[in-house]
Amino acid sequence: MSEALLRATGLRLAFGGVRAADGIDLDVMKGEFLAIIGPNGAGKTTFINMTTGYLKPNAGEIAYEGRRITGLSPRAIVKLGIARSFQLPQLFLEHTVEQNVALAVAARMGIWSPLAPLLRPSHRDEARDILARFGLTAIADSRADALNEGARKLADIAMAVALKPRLLLMDEPTSGVAASEKMTIVETLVNVLRDAKVTAVFVEHDMDVVERFADRVAVWSQGRIAALGPPAEVLADPAVQREVIGIERHPTKEAPHA
Amino acid sequence: MKRIEPILALALAGAIIAAAVAAPWLRFVLTIALAKGIAVMGILLLLRAGQVSFGHALYIAFGAYTVAFLAPRVGDAVVLLPLAALGAGALGLLIGLFVTRYRQIFFGMLNLAMSMVFYSLLEKLYHFTKGSDGIRVEIMPVAGQALDRIAYEWTIFGIALGLAFALGLLLRLYLASPMGEALAGIKTRETRLEFMGVPARGVLLSAYVLSAMVGGLGGALIALTSRHVTPLLAYWTSSGELVFIAILGGAGGVLGPFLGATAYELIRVYAAASFADAWQMILGASLLLVILFAPGGVWGMAARAVGGRGR
Ligand SMILES: Nc1ncnc2c1ncn2[C@@H]1O[C@H](COP(=O)(O)OP(=O)(O)OP(=O)(O)O)[C@@H](O)[C@H]1O
Ligand SMILES: [Mg+2]
Repeated sequence: MSEALLRATGLRLAFGGVRAADGIDLDVMKGEFLAIIGPNGAGKTTFINMTTGYLKPNAGEIAYEGRRITGLSPRAIVKLGIARSFQLPQLFLEHTVEQNVALAVAARMGIWSPLAPLLRPSHRDEARDILARFGLTAIADSRADALNEGARKLADIAMAVALKPRLLLMDEPTSGVAASEKMTIVETLVNVLRDAKVTAVFVEHDMDVVERFADRVAVWSQGRIAALGPPAEVLADPAVQREVIGIERHPTKEAPHA
Repeated sequence: MKRIEPILALALAGAIIAAAVAAPWLRFVLTIALAKGIAVMGILLLLRAGQVSFGHALYIAFGAYTVAFLAPRVGDAVVLLPLAALGAGALGLLIGLFVTRYRQIFFGMLNLAMSMVFYSLLEKLYHFTKGSDGIRVEIMPVAGQALDRIAYEWTIFGIALGLAFALGLLLRLYLASPMGEALAGIKTRETRLEFMGVPARGVLLSAYVLSAMVGGLGGALIALTSRHVTPLLAYWTSSGELVFIAILGGAGGVLGPFLGATAYELIRVYAAASFADAWQMILGASLLLVILFAPGGVWGMAARAVGGRGR
């Protein structure tokens, strides 16, 4: 875990007067699970959008495996091995879950075959295998627009995983997932990612998830990184608790003097 | 449903052949219907991506005029058909590079604009095109065989039917392929495609070029059948007709365009014969009924009758 897979330096991006990124410096280490926490509007999604080429920073650089990727298109960046999932799941709504994942498999293997079916045995098997690992086999044949929020979230991540990225950026993977299922689902997800040796960055609002699964946590605040380190340390920091966690987690639970 | 589609196709082909044998004047109508059905497959392809072209008569006219222009030099239908398809495909690539940057109403209207430009060129360049008088196409040999009128008409009918089958089959494969499914992805989540490394515009452009090619082929068949081409082929009402047929037939399956085109041409001929002034009203009413009561089109109705889903 000594090598930086992704290195962001001095990222700045403003929307009108809003500074969504105000000098972001961050190294994502190979193999780590890095959580991003922070209040609404802090710029967490903006960071993912910049890293995946959807938004271009006004200033600063992003390097992946030592190579500058700032300004590349989303298409070029995903080809380099960076995939993402979305805060609002982006599924092909008229397709089944299996077709959605198979399309991602096909996207990786080469889409330009006009006559062989999408669900040819190799693509279908791989899609089914991924769905099985995510525990989604039961809904493989459901249309994407008929799923509940939690299933859509997982299918969305499954599509990203089907691209076989080395770096996966997940925007609130557990939002919308029922509280009772959350830990099991994250556990499944983490196992899938560890098996595939994927480095992961995930935006997360649930501090229990962060504490349990993140190697490091970065605290976003008004376009800046306010704190960065192991969860035990960062989450115990009174300033972090006041500014970020206070609004998301029951404050008395952690406060030592309560 | 997918499995009985070929059986339905054979049944439809059988019915078309029987009708053409029974009533020689229907042979003409049905050849035109097959030609339009082939062109409408291109509309169906774009509909898959959620895009409606209101200008695809451009490619029909291009294919038809290709035949009219080249017939005196290359007097063989078997050579002219692929030339028309390739020419229309090249034009489709040129125009497609521009129009596939746009979506929805802009896509539709830009196609319309292109077809109107082509229409006025056909009208205005009288020296080449004989303007609104149009150009006659003489009966020509097919694969080196000189034919009399009846044999020629049967041959073109047979070619149209064969092409309809072959292209229908290819389209069916295409729609189920990654390229076809990605095309459908453009309709619901175009940006996701980009985040998967798939160039959405390239996917749409490929489909657009194919749609132009089948348009050109349909147009060539129309020229070979009606043996007279005029700028009206490119007029916006002709483009509207293609969309009309696509909706009438239903966008759910490859048979839709052919069911739609056959229904359209038959309604038109019978309505025009029986109620000379009201045939447009009858066509309009049929479309209205289809949209209100059978949004899956004739294909959807057929599918439901057989007890499956249209898709
Ligand atoms: N494309 C955009 N155009 C204009 N403003 C934007 C855009 N994207 C983000 N913003 C603004 O930038 C700020 C940061 O937004 P961002 O979505 O990155 O926050 P976030 O940390 O992901 O918040 P949340 O927890 O609500 O998802 C917000 O004020 C947002 O309104
Ligand atoms: Mg966000």
